[in-house]
Amino acid sequence: MRRALLAAAWLAIAAPATTTEIPIAERKSGYDLMGPDTRAMQDDDTANPGMLWVLDGEALWNRKSGTAEKSCADCHGDAGTSMKGVAARYPAFDAARGRPFDLEQRINICRADRQKATPLPFESKELLALAAFIGRQSRGMPIEVAQDDRTKPFIEAGREMFEQRQGQLNLSCAQCHDDNWGQKLAGAPVPQGHATGYPLYRLEWQTLGSLQRRLRNCISGMRAEPYAFGAPEYVDLELFLMWRARGMKVETPAVRP
Amino acid sequence: MARALINVPAKAKRGEIIEIKTLIQHEMETGYRVGTNGNMIPRDIITDFVCKYNGEEIFRADLFPAIAANPFFTFYTVATESGAISFEWSGDNGFTAAETATITVE
Amino acid sequence: MPTDHDKLQATRRRFLTDAAALAGSAGFGAGFGLSLTVKPASATPETMRAALKRVVGEATLRKGKVKLDLPPLVENGNVVPLTVTVDSPMTATDHVKAIHVFNEKNPQPNVIGVQLGPRAGRATMATRIRLADTQTVTAVAELSDGTFWTDNIQVIVTLAACVENM
Repeated sequence: MRRALLAAAWLAIAAPATTTEIPIAERKSGYDLMGPDTRAMQDDDTANPGMLWVLDGEALWNRKSGTAEKSCADCHGDAGTSMKGVAARYPAFDAARGRPFDLEQRINICRADRQKATPLPFESKELLALAAFIGRQSRGMPIEVAQDDRTKPFIEAGREMFEQRQGQLNLSCAQCHDDNWGQKLAGAPVPQGHATGYPLYRLEWQTLGSLQRRLRNCISGMRAEPYAFGAPEYVDLELFLMWRARGMKVETPAVRP
Repeated sequence: MARALINVPAKAKRGEIIEIKTLIQHEMETGYRVGTNGNMIPRDIITDFVCKYNGEEIFRADLFPAIAANPFFTFYTVATESGAISFEWSGDNGFTAAETATITVE
Repeated sequence: MPTDHDKLQATRRRFLTDAAALAGSAGFGAGFGLSLTVKPASATPETMRAALKRVVGEATLRKGKVKLDLPPLVENGNVVPLTVTVDSPMTATDHVKAIHVFNEKNPQPNVIGVQLGPRAGRATMATRIRLADTQTVTAVAELSDGTFWTDNIQVIVTLAACVENM
C-alpha cells in the first residue's frame, strides 16, 4: 500500500506539465463571471462603450485611403454581408506568406497591398475601430478557426506557449486559466481566458484594446518580458486561444473588468 | 468631433415620459495620474453637458474627474412636441461636441 | 523560555507577514511597484462635508425620498454604474431642482451635479463614476420647496489583477 502511494506521488511530480484542459462542455466565457452591471453594459448597444469604436470603424470602412484612393467598401461592399463570419475564423492562414495572421495584421496587409496605404500602428484608435467594426459583424457566431495541416504547427506552437512556465513568477497561462479558473486573484475571479470578445472595452484600461494588449498585461503580470506587438509568437498564441474557444460565440465588442 | 452615441425614441405619444441615453468618447483624464516621466498628467475632462428640447434646457450636468471615461448618461423628459433634442458637451482645452436627434410626438 | 534564536525567528516572521500584507493591500499588480507611485491628495470626510455645505448651506439634510443605487461590490473602480432616483411628482410646483453626488475618498469630493426641472417627468439619473477605494457615496436632492434630502451607500472596490505597466 505504502509503495503504491509512493509510486502515485512520484508519478504526480514526474508527470509532464500538461495541465488539465477544460472539457468542451465546461467552457465558460468571461461574461459568465462578471457581475450583472458589467454584463448589462456589454448587452446594451446603446450603452456599450465599445460601440463608439464600432461606429468609428464604420466611418473608416467607408473612407478612401492610400495612394490607390480606395476604401474598404470599394472592394468589400457592405460589411454586414461581406464581413459576416470573418472575425470568427481569425487568425487565418495566409497562403502567400506561409503563416497565420490575426485580424489587425490582415487589415494592415490589405491597406498595404490594395489601398497602397501606410499600415495603422498597433493599438491605434483607427486599427482598433476597424477591428471592432469587423468583429461586430460576427457577433453571436461560433468561433471556427481552421485546423488543418497548414495551421496545426502554429496551433501547437501556441499551445506550447500557453503551457510553458515563464517569467519571474514561473507561471504558465494554463496554471491560472485551465487549473484555477473561477478562483480569486486579488479579489477578482480568474476567467478561463477565452478570447471571444476582442477587441474589447476593459474597465481597467478605460478604453478599447486588443487581445495582444491583454496578453502583454498577463505576461508582464507574470514578470516576463513581453514580445513587441505583432510578434509571431502572439499570433500563434491567439490562434491557439481561438482554437481552444472553438464553438463559443463571438462577443465583440465585449466589456470586461 | 468626438464620437457620440445617442439614444432617443424616434416617436412618442404626447405626455409620455421618454428615456434618453447618451455616450460620448472622451478619456476624462483626471489630472491625478502620474505619467511615465514622473510628472502628473494634466486634467482634461468634459465639464458640462446640456440637453435642450426645441431650444429649452431640460437637463444639465456639471461633471468632475470622478465621472468615468466615455461619459454615459441616462435621463428622462416628457415628450411635449415634435422637434429637435440637442446635446452639447464642453470641457477642458476648448473641447466641444454637439449632436441632435429628431422626435415625432403624436 | 524563548531563546534568542526563537526571538529572531519571530521578528523575521513578523517582517514577512507585514511585507506580505503591504504587498497584498497595494494590490497584486501594484505590488510590482509600478502602478502605485505618488499617492494623490484624497478627499476626507471633512472635505466632503465642506463640499456638501457649499450646496446645502445651513439647511437640514433629511433622510428619505432619495434612492442611490450602486453595486455593493464593484469589479473595477474605474467604471461604477450609479443611479439616483428621487420620489417626486415632478410638477411645476413640486419637483426636484438638482441632484448632487459626493464621495469621501477620491482626490476630490464632488462627483456630479445635475439640474432638472418639471420637464424631466421622472427624477432619475444614471451615469458611470470612478471610485478610488472602498468608501461611502452620498447623493443629495434639492427640491423646489427648498428642502434637501439625502441617501448614501457604502461601496467595496476591488482591484484588477495583472495591471499593466504605465
